[in-house]
Amino acid sequence: MKIKLNGEDHTLSNGASVTTLVSHITGRDVDSKGQAADGRKIGVAVARNSEVVPRSQWAATALAEGDELEIVTAVQGG
Amino acid sequence: MTTASTQTVADGLVIDGVEFGSRLIMGTGGAPSLDGLGAALLASGTELTTVAMRRYSPTETGSLFQLLVDHGIRVLPNTAGCFTAKDAVMTAELAREALETDWVKLEVIADEQTLLPDAVELVDATEKLVDRGFKVFAYTNDDPVLALRLENLGATAVMPLGAPIGTGLGILNPHNIELIVSRASVPVVLDAGIGTASDAALAMELGCDAVLLATAVTRAQNPVQMGEAFKHAVIAGRLAKQAGRIPRREHALASSAMEGRAEFL
Repeated sequence: MKIKLNGEDHTLSNGASVTTLVSHITGRDVDSKGQAADGRKIGVAVARNSEVVPRSQWAATALAEGDELEIVTAVQGG
Repeated sequence: MTTASTQTVADGLVIDGVEFGSRLIMGTGGAPSLDGLGAALLASGTELTTVAMRRYSPTETGSLFQLLVDHGIRVLPNTAGCFTAKDAVMTAELAREALETDWVKLEVIADEQTLLPDAVELVDATEKLVDRGFKVFAYTNDDPVLALRLENLGATAVMPLGAPIGTGLGILNPHNIELIVSRASVPVVLDAGIGTASDAALAMELGCDAVLLATAVTRAQNPVQMGEAFKHAVIAGRLAKQAGRIPRREHALASSAMEGRAEFL
Protein backbone atom coordinates (compact mmCIF):
# COMPACT_ATOMS: atom_id res chain seq x y z
CA MET A 1 0.00 0.00 0.00
CA LYS A 2 1.03 3.57 -0.59
CA ILE A 3 1.21 6.14 2.19
CA LYS A 4 2.69 9.59 2.59
CA LEU A 5 5.35 9.99 5.25
CA ASN A 6 6.58 13.48 6.12
CA GLY A 7 5.33 14.66 2.75
CA GLU A 8 6.96 11.89 0.67
CA ASP A 9 5.50 8.77 -0.94
CA HIS A 10 6.31 5.43 0.67
CA THR A 11 5.23 1.88 -0.10
CA LEU A 12 4.57 -0.44 2.82
CA SER A 13 3.40 -4.02 3.07
CA ASN A 14 -0.33 -4.39 3.68
CA GLY A 15 -1.32 -4.45 7.34
CA ALA A 16 1.77 -2.59 8.52
CA SER A 17 1.26 -0.93 11.90
CA VAL A 18 2.59 2.35 13.19
CA THR A 19 5.14 0.32 15.15
CA THR A 20 6.37 -1.29 11.91
CA LEU A 21 6.74 2.11 10.31
CA VAL A 22 8.54 3.74 13.26
CA SER A 23 10.88 0.79 13.54
CA HIS A 24 11.58 0.89 9.80
CA ILE A 25 12.25 4.64 9.72
CA THR A 26 14.37 4.88 12.88
CA GLY A 27 16.15 1.55 12.33
CA ARG A 28 15.41 0.51 15.91
CA ASP A 29 13.29 -2.27 17.37
CA VAL A 30 10.16 -0.95 19.05
CA ASP A 31 8.26 -2.93 21.68
CA SER A 32 4.50 -3.28 22.07
CA LYS A 33 4.40 -0.27 24.43
CA GLY A 34 6.00 1.99 21.83
CA GLN A 35 9.41 2.14 23.52
CA ALA A 36 12.74 1.35 21.88
CA ALA A 37 13.85 -2.18 22.71
CA ASP A 38 17.41 -0.95 23.39
CA GLY A 39 16.10 0.89 26.47
CA ARG A 40 17.11 4.34 25.21
CA LYS A 41 14.56 7.02 24.43
CA ILE A 42 13.09 6.81 20.96
CA GLY A 43 12.00 10.44 21.10
CA VAL A 44 9.55 10.50 18.19
CA ALA A 45 5.83 11.11 17.90
CA VAL A 46 3.45 10.09 15.15
CA ALA A 47 0.45 11.86 13.67
CA ARG A 48 -1.81 9.93 11.33
CA ASN A 49 -4.12 12.01 9.15
CA SER A 50 -3.54 14.97 11.51
CA GLU A 51 -4.38 12.98 14.67
CA VAL A 52 -1.69 12.11 17.21
CA VAL A 53 -1.32 8.35 17.68
CA PRO A 54 -0.30 7.74 21.32
CA ARG A 55 2.70 5.40 21.54
CA SER A 56 0.57 2.92 23.52
CA GLN A 57 -1.59 2.61 20.38
CA TRP A 58 1.21 2.26 17.83
CA ALA A 59 1.10 -1.54 17.76
CA ALA A 60 -2.69 -1.70 17.47
CA THR A 61 -2.94 0.96 14.77
CA ALA A 62 -2.88 -0.56 11.30
CA LEU A 63 -2.07 1.81 8.47
CA ALA A 64 -4.33 2.12 5.45
CA GLU A 65 -3.83 3.03 1.80
CA GLY A 66 -3.49 6.80 1.38
CA ASP A 67 -2.73 7.54 5.04
CA GLU A 68 -0.75 10.67 5.67
CA LEU A 69 1.81 10.19 8.42
CA GLU A 70 4.04 12.67 10.17
CA ILE A 71 6.91 11.48 12.37
CA VAL A 72 8.54 14.26 14.37
CA THR A 73 11.40 14.50 16.81
CA ALA A 74 13.27 17.08 18.89
CA VAL A 75 15.70 19.29 16.98
CA GLN A 76 17.72 22.36 17.91
CA GLY A 77 15.55 25.39 18.46
CA GLY A 78 14.21 27.99 20.80
CA MET B 1 31.18 31.34 53.94
CA THR B 2 28.41 31.54 51.42
CA THR B 3 29.72 30.86 47.97
CA ALA B 4 27.84 31.50 44.79
CA SER B 5 27.38 27.79 44.18
CA THR B 6 25.92 26.97 47.60
CA GLN B 7 23.73 30.04 47.30
CA THR B 8 22.11 28.75 44.12
CA VAL B 9 21.46 25.33 45.62
CA ALA B 10 19.73 26.89 48.64
CA ASP B 11 17.88 29.28 46.36
CA GLY B 12 16.62 26.92 43.71
CA LEU B 13 14.07 27.74 41.07
CA VAL B 14 10.86 25.78 41.54
CA ILE B 15 8.54 25.34 38.58
CA ASP B 16 5.51 23.06 38.78
CA GLY B 17 7.04 21.41 41.85
CA VAL B 18 10.36 20.66 40.14
CA GLU B 19 13.45 22.28 41.63
CA PHE B 20 16.35 23.52 39.52
CA GLY B 21 19.76 24.55 40.87
CA SER B 22 20.30 26.90 37.92
CA ARG B 23 18.14 29.83 36.93
CA LEU B 24 19.50 29.80 33.41
CA ILE B 25 17.25 28.10 30.86
CA MET B 26 18.95 27.49 27.55
CA GLY B 27 17.68 27.19 24.02
CA THR B 28 19.47 25.04 21.50
CA GLY B 29 18.92 26.95 18.25
CA GLY B 30 21.81 28.23 16.20
CA ALA B 31 24.56 25.84 17.31
CA PRO B 32 26.66 24.53 14.40
CA SER B 33 27.20 21.08 15.93
CA LEU B 34 25.69 18.84 18.60
CA ASP B 35 29.09 18.35 20.29
CA GLY B 36 29.70 22.08 20.51
CA LEU B 37 26.19 22.60 21.80
CA GLY B 38 26.67 19.96 24.51
CA ALA B 39 29.88 21.64 25.70
CA ALA B 40 28.23 25.07 25.83
CA LEU B 41 25.22 23.71 27.72
CA LEU B 42 27.47 22.05 30.29
CA ALA B 43 29.50 25.26 30.74
CA SER B 44 26.29 27.24 31.28
CA GLY B 45 25.19 24.96 34.12
CA THR B 46 21.65 24.87 32.75
CA GLU B 47 19.27 22.15 33.95
CA LEU B 48 16.39 22.96 31.59
CA THR B 49 16.68 23.40 27.84
CA THR B 50 14.26 24.01 24.99
CA VAL B 51 14.01 22.04 21.77
CA ALA B 52 11.87 22.44 18.66
CA MET B 53 9.78 19.69 17.05
CA ARG B 54 10.41 18.93 13.38
CA ARG B 55 10.05 16.06 10.92
CA TYR B 56 12.27 13.09 11.73
CA SER B 57 15.17 12.77 9.35
CA PRO B 58 17.01 9.41 9.19
CA THR B 59 20.14 11.16 7.90
CA GLU B 60 20.45 13.31 11.02
CA THR B 61 23.44 12.15 13.04
CA GLY B 62 22.99 11.99 16.79
CA SER B 63 19.91 12.72 18.84
CA LEU B 64 19.52 16.05 20.59
CA PHE B 65 16.98 14.51 22.97
CA GLN B 66 19.43 11.75 23.90
CA LEU B 67 22.21 14.33 24.41
CA LEU B 68 20.03 16.23 26.91
CA VAL B 69 18.95 13.03 28.66
CA ASP B 70 22.61 11.94 28.92
CA HIS B 71 23.61 15.27 30.48
CA GLY B 72 20.72 15.15 32.96
CA ILE B 73 19.15 18.26 31.43
CA ARG B 74 15.36 18.40 31.47
CA VAL B 75 13.80 19.07 28.09
CA LEU B 76 11.28 21.83 27.43
CA PRO B 77 9.73 21.41 23.96
CA ASN B 78 8.59 24.57 22.23
CA THR B 79 6.06 25.36 19.53
CA ALA B 80 8.47 27.51 17.50
CA GLY B 81 7.28 28.15 13.99
CA CYS B 82 3.57 28.04 14.86
CA PHE B 83 1.44 30.97 13.69
CA THR B 84 -1.92 29.75 14.98
CA ALA B 85 -3.31 28.27 18.19
CA LYS B 86 -4.36 25.19 16.20
CA ASP B 87 -0.81 24.48 15.01
CA ALA B 88 0.61 25.16 18.47
CA VAL B 89 -1.79 22.70 20.13
CA MET B 90 -0.93 20.00 17.57
CA THR B 91 2.80 20.60 18.02
CA ALA B 92 2.45 20.46 21.81
CA GLU B 93 0.54 17.17 21.56
CA LEU B 94 3.30 15.68 19.39
CA ALA B 95 5.99 16.94 21.77
CA ARG B 96 4.18 15.39 24.75
CA GLU B 97 4.16 12.04 22.99
CA ALA B 98 7.71 12.21 21.68
CA LEU B 99 9.45 13.55 24.77
CA GLU B 100 7.12 12.26 27.49
CA THR B 101 6.60 15.64 29.16
CA ASP B 102 3.51 17.81 29.56
CA TRP B 103 5.65 20.94 29.80
CA VAL B 104 5.57 23.15 26.73
CA LYS B 105 7.05 26.51 25.86
CA LEU B 106 4.20 28.07 23.94
CA GLU B 107 5.31 30.27 21.07
CA VAL B 108 2.68 31.59 18.68
CA ILE B 109 4.32 34.00 16.32
CA ALA B 110 2.58 36.76 14.36
CA ASP B 111 5.01 37.11 11.44
CA GLU B 112 8.51 36.16 10.40
CA GLN B 113 9.85 39.68 10.30
CA THR B 114 9.30 40.49 13.98
CA LEU B 115 8.79 36.98 15.40
CA LEU B 116 6.66 38.76 18.00
CA PRO B 117 3.94 36.77 19.78
CA ASP B 118 0.42 37.05 18.39
CA ALA B 119 -1.46 37.95 21.56
CA VAL B 120 -4.87 36.72 20.39
CA GLU B 121 -3.63 33.31 19.24
CA LEU B 122 -1.42 33.05 22.33
CA VAL B 123 -4.37 33.52 24.68
CA ASP B 124 -6.45 31.03 22.71
CA ALA B 125 -3.66 28.42 22.68
CA THR B 126 -2.93 28.86 26.39
CA GLU B 127 -6.57 28.20 27.22
CA LYS B 128 -6.72 25.09 25.02
CA LEU B 129 -3.43 23.64 26.26
CA VAL B 130 -4.24 24.21 29.94
CA ASP B 131 -7.57 22.42 29.28
CA ARG B 132 -5.64 19.47 27.84
CA GLY B 133 -3.45 19.20 30.92
CA PHE B 134 -0.32 20.91 29.63
CA LYS B 135 1.98 22.99 31.82
CA VAL B 136 2.21 26.09 29.67
CA PHE B 137 5.31 28.30 29.66
CA ALA B 138 3.88 31.21 27.72
CA TYR B 139 6.29 33.23 25.60
CA THR B 140 4.70 36.66 25.60
CA ASN B 141 5.16 40.30 24.73
CA ASP B 142 6.50 42.54 27.51
CA ASP B 143 2.91 43.54 28.23
CA PRO B 144 1.93 43.46 31.93
CA VAL B 145 -1.77 43.15 31.08
CA LEU B 146 -1.28 40.19 28.75
CA ALA B 147 1.14 38.49 31.16
CA LEU B 148 -1.40 38.61 33.96
CA ARG B 149 -4.13 37.36 31.65
CA LEU B 150 -2.01 34.35 30.68
CA GLU B 151 -1.37 33.60 34.34
CA ASN B 152 -5.08 33.79 35.08
CA LEU B 153 -5.75 31.35 32.25
CA GLY B 154 -3.53 28.85 34.05
CA ALA B 155 -0.06 29.37 32.58
CA THR B 156 2.62 27.68 34.70
CA ALA B 157 5.17 30.41 33.90
CA VAL B 158 5.10 33.61 31.89
CA MET B 159 8.05 34.43 29.67
CA PRO B 160 8.11 38.06 28.56
CA LEU B 161 10.58 39.02 25.86
CA GLY B 162 13.40 41.48 26.48
CA ALA B 163 13.63 42.26 22.75
CA PRO B 164 12.67 40.38 19.56
CA ILE B 165 14.15 36.88 19.16
CA GLY B 166 17.76 36.80 18.04
CA THR B 167 18.30 40.58 18.10
CA GLY B 168 20.58 40.74 21.12
CA LEU B 169 19.15 44.16 21.91
CA GLY B 170 18.82 43.35 25.61
CA ILE B 171 15.86 44.45 27.72
CA LEU B 172 14.12 47.25 25.85
CA ASN B 173 11.48 47.97 28.47
CA PRO B 174 12.84 47.25 31.95
CA HIS B 175 9.93 49.06 33.55
CA ASN B 176 7.40 46.69 31.98
CA ILE B 177 9.43 43.66 33.05
CA GLU B 178 9.49 44.99 36.63
CA LEU B 179 5.74 45.55 36.49
CA ILE B 180 5.13 42.01 35.19
CA VAL B 181 7.28 40.61 38.01
CA SER B 182 5.56 42.69 40.70
CA ARG B 183 2.10 41.40 39.76
CA ALA B 184 2.91 37.77 38.93
CA SER B 185 2.43 34.84 41.25
CA VAL B 186 3.89 32.33 38.79
CA PRO B 187 7.58 32.28 37.79
CA VAL B 188 8.60 35.02 35.34
CA VAL B 189 11.29 34.02 32.85
CA LEU B 190 12.92 36.72 30.74
CA ASP B 191 13.01 35.18 27.30
CA ALA B 192 14.53 36.45 24.05
CA GLY B 193 16.60 39.46 23.10
CA ILE B 194 19.50 38.78 25.47
CA GLY B 195 22.81 39.80 23.88
CA THR B 196 25.42 39.44 26.56
CA ALA B 197 25.94 38.56 30.22
CA SER B 198 24.98 41.95 31.67
CA ASP B 199 21.52 41.68 30.02
CA ALA B 200 20.88 38.47 31.95
CA ALA B 201 22.14 40.02 35.19
CA LEU B 202 19.75 42.94 34.64
CA ALA B 203 16.83 40.57 34.10
CA MET B 204 17.54 38.96 37.46
CA GLU B 205 17.99 42.36 39.13
CA LEU B 206 14.57 43.35 37.82
CA GLY B 207 13.20 40.38 39.76
CA CYS B 208 12.81 37.73 37.08
CA ASP B 209 12.94 34.16 38.38
CA ALA B 210 15.02 32.89 35.47
CA VAL B 211 16.43 33.83 32.08
CA LEU B 212 16.04 31.93 28.81
CA LEU B 213 18.47 32.48 25.95
CA ALA B 214 19.97 30.63 23.01
CA THR B 215 21.48 32.80 20.30
CA ALA B 216 23.63 34.83 22.71
CA VAL B 217 25.53 31.62 23.51
CA THR B 218 25.22 29.46 20.40
CA ARG B 219 26.28 32.23 18.01
CA ALA B 220 28.91 33.80 20.30
CA GLN B 221 32.48 33.59 19.01
CA ASN B 222 33.24 31.29 21.93
CA PRO B 223 29.98 29.58 22.97
CA VAL B 224 31.51 27.61 25.86
CA GLN B 225 33.02 30.71 27.44
CA MET B 226 29.82 32.68 26.87
CA GLY B 227 27.81 29.86 28.46
CA GLU B 228 29.97 30.14 31.54
CA ALA B 229 29.63 33.94 31.53
CA PHE B 230 25.83 33.59 31.60
CA LYS B 231 26.02 31.09 34.43
CA HIS B 232 27.77 33.70 36.59
CA ALA B 233 25.64 36.60 35.33
CA VAL B 234 22.40 34.95 36.41
CA ILE B 235 23.84 34.13 39.83
CA ALA B 236 25.22 37.67 40.23
CA GLY B 237 21.94 39.30 39.22
CA ARG B 238 19.96 37.11 41.60
CA LEU B 239 22.31 37.84 44.49
CA ALA B 240 22.20 41.57 43.78
CA LYS B 241 18.40 41.55 43.71
CA GLN B 242 18.24 39.74 47.02
CA ALA B 243 20.94 41.93 48.56
CA GLY B 244 18.90 45.07 47.88
CA ARG B 245 20.49 47.76 45.76
CA ILE B 246 21.04 51.32 46.96
CA PRO B 247 18.47 53.89 45.87
CA ARG B 248 19.35 56.09 42.90
CA ARG B 249 20.20 59.66 43.97
CA GLU B 250 20.36 62.88 42.08
CA HIS B 251 23.47 64.19 43.83
CA ALA B 252 26.69 62.68 45.07
CA LEU B 253 26.88 61.12 48.52
CA ALA B 254 30.34 60.92 50.07
CA SER B 255 31.23 57.48 51.32
CA SER B 256 34.02 58.88 53.53
CA ALA B 257 33.10 60.86 56.64
CA MET B 258 33.73 64.62 56.48
CA GLU B 259 34.46 64.82 60.24
CA GLY B 260 37.99 64.30 61.57
CA ARG B 261 39.77 65.55 58.50
CA ALA B 262 43.30 66.86 59.07
CA GLU B 263 43.63 70.60 58.64
CA PHE B 264 46.35 72.11 56.53
CA LEU B 265 47.50 75.70 56.55
